[in-house]
Amino acid sequence: MAKITFIQPDGTRQIVNATVGQTVMEAAKLSDVPGIEAECGGACACATCHVYVADGWREKTGSPSEMEEDMLDFAFDVREESRLSCQIKVTDELDGLIVQVPAKQF
Amino acid sequence: MDMAQNGAQNGAENGSDNASAGAPVETDVVIIGAGPVGLFAVFELGLLDIRCHLIDILDKIGGQCAELYPEKPIYDIPGLPVVTGQELTDRLIEQIKPFDPMFHLNERVDELTKTADGRFLLKTDVGRAFLCKVVVIGAGGGSFTPKRPPLEGIEAYEATSVFYSVRRMDDFRGKDILIVGGGDSALDWTLSLQPIANSLTLLHRRDDFRAAPHSVEKMRELVASGQMRLMIGQMTGLDGSDGNLAGVTVKTKEGEERLPINRVLPFFGLTMKLGPIANWGLNLEENLIPVDTEKFETSEKGIFAIGDINTYPGKLKLILSGFHEGALMAQQAHRYIYPDKKLLFQYTTSSSNLQKKLGVK
Repeated sequence: MAKITFIQPDGTRQIVNATVGQTVMEAAKLSDVPGIEAECGGACACATCHVYVADGWREKTGSPSEMEEDMLDFAFDVREESRLSCQIKVTDELDGLIVQVPAKQF
Repeated sequence: MDMAQNGAQNGAENGSDNASAGAPVETDVVIIGAGPVGLFAVFELGLLDIRCHLIDILDKIGGQCAELYPEKPIYDIPGLPVVTGQELTDRLIEQIKPFDPMFHLNERVDELTKTADGRFLLKTDVGRAFLCKVVVIGAGGGSFTPKRPPLEGIEAYEATSVFYSVRRMDDFRGKDILIVGGGDSALDWTLSLQPIANSLTLLHRRDDFRAAPHSVEKMRELVASGQMRLMIGQMTGLDGSDGNLAGVTVKTKEGEERLPINRVLPFFGLTMKLGPIANWGLNLEENLIPVDTEKFETSEKGIFAIGDINTYPGKLKLILSGFHEGALMAQQAHRYIYPDKKLLFQYTTSSSNLQKKLGVK
């Protein structure tokens, strides 16, 4: 089990319980986190589950694969800390993870 | 996987016949959407001697299976422990071959009205018309449309200064053009429009491109010889008046810069929107079409909705549910198309009549 905090653009925080092996996107959808659309259902094919990983967590989440980088081209306001949440697998190490939801998913 | 926007670019030339802007195509059933559920509906209708035309906005058959996840394995198709989106599409195309369906790709159905004789008249965005007795909406998540960058006020410039596809190159002649993106659409149009532009800038978020390497190489040569500009960054704002764009603000590592630009082509892939279906007078519930679970018919007699686009108590958005819905829909469609014929329920395993239709020897 890992606790993940989603921060909305207006600063609202929502803490979600995620199971190891889930993706961060799945954990968000199960708890109805606003702003995580995941139109393609987690196939890394739409870029509508875009999040910003908070400082201090990027080493643990790792960096995007080539396929994910390609798909991030379809996201808006992409930053260095951008990830697609369907491509981050929840591990025990990610307990306490903080991610920010972008203002818009397109 | 590149959600390139060929579907939006190619216009009409990919339909499997050449009729356009003439007399309406007359057929039993028009299926809107050529995804897996629309394809299997051809099979179920075909067994009942009902002929179909399919219309899809994409430039290929297969819907989301072909556009979003052609390489991804699907594990819940009965009898196929694992099959990719493209394989499933290919097998369905094979399965419905005996019924010779007609495909009209790169076309979007814009209008659906009822005629005086009780049939339906459909008009597409390329000016083609269809007359049919039954309409089956199998439009999945809606029609694939280009993504609109969420910049304030962008709508005001669309179709005058901001375009998501190039329909006429002349609209870009002598203009100061900004192309945004890093895939084949962005690079191809960069190379095609650069010779006729007054100035051309390509903007991408990173100095790495998904597009074909030879296009990227050609683009870099044009940049090196000063014939165009490449910027690494993102759009942050637009300015202008009365739909005429005057400038685009771009954020790069060096800071913000305003470029004098009067044409923008953003290429950010496709998203699904309900689209014109919303205007056809059908009851809708949160962008889905409510149907009964006996015939999968909408609020309008003779118009059915199957697959992800419909909703009913207990609905599951699964391909297999869509197959079932198509089979039951076909029974009712038969009553409308052959009101005087008795429908005899038969199995493909034992019916020589059905086997003849399938070409079994």
